[in-house]
Amino acid sequence: MKKIEAIIKPFKLDDVKEALTGAGIIGMTVSEVRGFGRQKGHTEMYRGGEYTVDFLPKMKVEVVVSDGLVDKVVALITVAAKTGSIGDGKVFVEPLEEAVRIRTGERGDNAV
Amino acid sequence: MAELESIKRTLPWRIIAALVVACLLAVGGWVFAQDKAAAPAAPAAPAAAPAPPPKPDPGGIATGGIADVTAKEAGKPTLAEIADFAGHNRVSINLMWTLLTGFLVMFMQAGFALAETGFTRAKNVAHTMMMNFMVYAIGMTGYWIMGFALQMGGASPLATLGGTGVLDGEFTISLFGKDFGLWGTKGFFLAGSTYDVGVFALFLFQMVFMDTAATIPTGAMAERWKFSSFVTYGFFISMITYPLFANWVWGGGWLSQLGKNFGLGHGYVDFAGSSVVHMVGGVTALAGAMVLGPRIGKFNKDGSPNPIPGHNLPMAALGCFILAFGWFGFNPGSTLAGGDLRIAVIAVNTMLASASGAIFAMFYMWAKYGKPDPSMMINGMLAGLVAITAPCAFVSSFWAFVIGAFAGVLVCWSVFFIERTMKVDDPVGAISVHGTCGAWGVLSLGIFADGTYGDGFNGVPSTVKGLLYGDPSQLVAQIIGPIVNLCFIFGASWAFFKIYDVVFSMRVSPEVELEGLDVPEMGAHGYPEVHGPATLVHAMGTSAVKPPTMSMAPERSR
Repeated sequence: MKKIEAIIKPFKLDDVKEALTGAGIIGMTVSEVRGFGRQKGHTEMYRGGEYTVDFLPKMKVEVVVSDGLVDKVVALITVAAKTGSIGDGKVFVEPLEEAVRIRTGERGDNAV
Repeated sequence: MAELESIKRTLPWRIIAALVVACLLAVGGWVFAQDKAAAPAAPAAPAAAPAPPPKPDPGGIATGGIADVTAKEAGKPTLAEIADFAGHNRVSINLMWTLLTGFLVMFMQAGFALAETGFTRAKNVAHTMMMNFMVYAIGMTGYWIMGFALQMGGASPLATLGGTGVLDGEFTISLFGKDFGLWGTKGFFLAGSTYDVGVFALFLFQMVFMDTAATIPTGAMAERWKFSSFVTYGFFISMITYPLFANWVWGGGWLSQLGKNFGLGHGYVDFAGSSVVHMVGGVTALAGAMVLGPRIGKFNKDGSPNPIPGHNLPMAALGCFILAFGWFGFNPGSTLAGGDLRIAVIAVNTMLASASGAIFAMFYMWAKYGKPDPSMMINGMLAGLVAITAPCAFVSSFWAFVIGAFAGVLVCWSVFFIERTMKVDDPVGAISVHGTCGAWGVLSLGIFADGTYGDGFNGVPSTVKGLLYGDPSQLVAQIIGPIVNLCFIFGASWAFFKIYDVVFSMRVSPEVELEGLDVPEMGAHGYPEVHGPATLVHAMGTSAVKPPTMSMAPERSR
């Protein structure tokens, strides 16, 4: 069981969701986040003055899958979220100890 | 399934509703058919019916005639009765016009509220909005108590509003053998001899003008001003500074008499208030913003400014549009006469200057910074409107466009000068829009007034002409006006703010300013779901705070 965490461009969220649901992934959690990587921030103008926005808006997609699906899901996200320009984001994979489905009490892969 | 269930449940009601609609249509059709049938039936029996049935007048041509003139013998008014009626009608039209345009100007309060709140940050919306809201109530009260009396107490006779003569008290001093009117002395609380329809119409119109001036500084001083200090200020400007300057220009005071007394054109002319309303507001804003100091984070240690973007551009743009709409009351209404057909020229000049102001601000920012800055386009339209307010009645459409265009660029220069050179923090650009462009407006009148209007204005025979049309002395009067405005309004306001600041302190603490003024000053968030405690944001969470019902409705399950 692994947790896959992808930081992507907000307008790519629909593409990523389609790709994952199309491949049979039936659940995910998304949140609006802010941050920067190599892209750094960018500048905006207001009343003739420039200012820097350091933390850019991104979407974080979290998916928990059984070990066998990890490579497939990472590949799907990478393809779906890619524009080729700087700031496309990152995918992180972490081991996950336990999962519980609250309604039934099922545990492990069955709960995912 | 759920949908089917819901249809089943509501089916009887749907049938009943359909039946009701069908019945209404049937009855309506029958009535309409009866009406139609009655018309051809009338000529069929001419001898029997002595009085023809009442006929409607859908074209409106036959409505209103001699029978509508009030007369002792109906249908046969005497010449005197007709003359009375004509006079009453003339005043009716003027009084109606004055009231209706006054109502439009009242709506500008909403425009200011939206523009200023949109240009400031979300953590201060309740505070910024309520300053704009309460200045209407506070200003009106102060103006009723004594502001109106100081301003218009000696303004009679009100020629267009029935020649009302009861406002006949002006305090004057004698200098160089000439009378200098300083303030009016009739009309406190609109009581006694001033309980008069003409005076009341004038009060309403002048009140909303005063409130326009009073609401301008709330933008420049937003996001750091103690609400209690603002309340005191509301009485100060509506009872003292605004009425005095307005008396000198509009109440028969000394600036308006510069023509009669010293041969300077028609005296100081400010048709609808570029200086009386807008420059007073802008200069007061400058004094207030200087005493208050900039918002935390506005200027770096080296003095360079940081932009602090407003939280809601659509709100600001809507506010600007409402202001532009209200300006159709502001300028054309200032004739105080619906029978003065110059209102057509005034209205067109007003809208043209708003267009050129916005366009030239857009092109200026686009050329200089690569983008047509939205907030400066909004300021540009307002700048054009402020500038055309004084000369709107005296210039051709071409010069109106030019006056607005220059204001559109001038407002950009002024914003940069106030911020980068003077280091004064004005979140909404009020000082530049209203102060700088107000001064430009009255000067432009002295240059471009073309002599087609204003015969007898301020008691001077002949029409109002500017420098380009042969009267340089008018320009001299137009230069004196804004200088007096700047000296008096800045001096009095700065002294008021400074003394208040030393005695009570005008500014919130840095902690309050950083957190946002909404809760510390007003006790409530403007946007509780965005900035409130987590329990408000997440409706279903358990907490000691009982969630207010308005935002807490649980999501309906389908």
